[in-house]
Amino acid sequence: MSLDYKFAFSPDHFDGFFRDETFRGDFTYRNTDPRRFPFPFDRDDYMYAVNIEPHVPGRKGTAFEHLLDVDEHYIAEMTDRAKVLAEDPLRCQSLPHMELAGWDVLELIMEAKARDYPQWFSLERDGNRWRWINRPLGIDESFTFLDASTLPYGPFEYIMRQTQGDWTLQDEREGTLWMDAGIATSQADWSLDFDIGMNFHEWHAPVPMAHEKGIFDRALKFLLKLQHGAPVRRFNWTMTVNPLLDTAPETYPKWGTMKTSVTPENIGRKQHLRVELQSLYRLPRSNAIAFDIRCYLASFDEIVTVPKWGRRLHRVVRDLPEELATYKGFIRNRPLMVEWLSQYDDGAPTSSGWFADD
Amino acid sequence: MSGVAKLAVRVADVVPVNDLVTRFRFEARDGSLLPAFSGGAHTVVEMDDHGTRRLNPYSLMSDPGDRSGYEISVRRDDAGRGGSLFMHRHVRPGMEMVLSHPVNLFGLDSRARKYLMIAGGIGITPFLSQIAQLSRTGGRFELHYAARNPALGSYMDRLQAAHPDRVQCYFDDDGQQIDLARVLSRQPIGTHLYVCGPKGMIAWVLGTAERMGWPPQSLHSEEFIAPPVGQPFTVELAASGHTLNVGAAQSLLEAIEASGVDAPYLCRGGACGQCETKVIRCDGQLLHNDHWLTPEEQAEGRKIMPCVSRAAGGTLVIDR
Repeated sequence: MSLDYKFAFSPDHFDGFFRDETFRGDFTYRNTDPRRFPFPFDRDDYMYAVNIEPHVPGRKGTAFEHLLDVDEHYIAEMTDRAKVLAEDPLRCQSLPHMELAGWDVLELIMEAKARDYPQWFSLERDGNRWRWINRPLGIDESFTFLDASTLPYGPFEYIMRQTQGDWTLQDEREGTLWMDAGIATSQADWSLDFDIGMNFHEWHAPVPMAHEKGIFDRALKFLLKLQHGAPVRRFNWTMTVNPLLDTAPETYPKWGTMKTSVTPENIGRKQHLRVELQSLYRLPRSNAIAFDIRCYLASFDEIVTVPKWGRRLHRVVRDLPEELATYKGFIRNRPLMVEWLSQYDDGAPTSSGWFADD
Repeated sequence: MSGVAKLAVRVADVVPVNDLVTRFRFEARDGSLLPAFSGGAHTVVEMDDHGTRRLNPYSLMSDPGDRSGYEISVRRDDAGRGGSLFMHRHVRPGMEMVLSHPVNLFGLDSRARKYLMIAGGIGITPFLSQIAQLSRTGGRFELHYAARNPALGSYMDRLQAAHPDRVQCYFDDDGQQIDLARVLSRQPIGTHLYVCGPKGMIAWVLGTAERMGWPPQSLHSEEFIAPPVGQPFTVELAASGHTLNVGAAQSLLEAIEASGVDAPYLCRGGACGQCETKVIRCDGQLLHNDHWLTPEEQAEGRKIMPCVSRAAGGTLVIDR
């Protein structure tokens, strides 16, 4: 079968573009160019906001260049995902009525990747007879669109094993959204197995402060109006010690204690800013909404190579309300972070906007 | 939202269906596939009616899985504001038009064990695409379809030929009426009810189902209302600083757009909520015609849906 992920990395493959690296054990994950990182703070302080903008292709050489970003970590992330799924198959689930939405998202991803990365992906279609080629993962699959018996997995799991980012599929009914399918192998401490079948307000219930501000009511109202052909995006962020993609509640004993391993000497290397570039798409056939939660990690050492980001991260972490630092799981190490980051903040003003050079 | 991507199409076919209804087929101008959609979706058709911009929502009736083109059926309304008359009189094959991406406010609940559909007149159109979708996936449905007489029963022949055991037709001229209580009492648990047709029919069907104990989550209806004509009135747009007169046959939303202000909209039929606007002051009376605001919100008078609602008897000031 074509999806067993036993890759033999060679520097010659794809001109050495894809990194051979790990998100566990020896943690060899690195960013070749930190300036490509989607730094999430457009100002020096942070508070929850709906902060949604149209998801349109953006600046060249950034994570926003294409609708779906395929970067140097692609093969390594897919290898890590396959390992997580082998240990815990419940990380990917789709309730029976969500199969059509799974086909929708498969079509969305295959069309986008074949269009934006023709050197790596191609899609040939003759009616419902489709042939999909994924060169980085060594896949050449001929199948019948909308006939699940012609794929080795259901349509959702099939495409998710070839796509960076956790995704959830929301069914729309009764004036709200229901998380009825999803995959979570690169999540910031939430459980798909726990949340599946919940509605929008149920799965957001643990988030502090935002309810009082009416943010979820407004966000839901906005999302129910989301139109096909007009995807939107927003950021979320947290902190992770070591470049762990899989920080799941199910495996907390394996990674939770790593938070205690940070010292003034190793914090620049170990402490990572974890950014989720979240995008939302209305799906055409099912009328469901796909939610892509794409995780990017950058070490503090990498972030401070951009002076603007070093200054700003210091100010954001220092001034964040205590409830949020607790919810995001870094209240314990905050003093250490602030002290270390303060070396990179000379008090100079920062320009508005996310990008390194603005 | 008003600024989203649109579909550039060409009219591929115009087919009279009967004395009142004409079918239009649209294909992408560049020959590409149009987006797939879900059964029950509608599109907003933009018309340039000799200088007047009209945007009317119509249910898509073609097979949602067929991306080669979209079809709608338009019932001519001789007393209306002119959109359906424009479609009937002026739209010809080869014309270039602009459509919104499909939007679904009347989607099938994919968990339902069975779909009970009740259609009145031109309200049949969303069911045509839903039935095409269910036919592909083997979903169970039952359609009860009322029309004035056989000549005005659009697509009845086609439906009865394709689904003889699942389609029941009724004719007002023959005094036939759906035995609603009996139909509702015979449905298996897990059935979802969908009704589309005239206002009175929707109220009758939903009211009967509620009284018989159907769960509210299982009841679905769609009625696009055309913006009603009324008396002209004056509106002040507080945010943009314009003062406008809204004509008798013009909607408030159309007047705002004609002044060059880009206002949000989606369905333009009082159903979706996108154009909701704050009322800052109303010296006269608000005439709410939408299905979006609750009766309490309508009574409070702090919000208005400019796509279908109006004011009378004094100046209206809104936050736009």
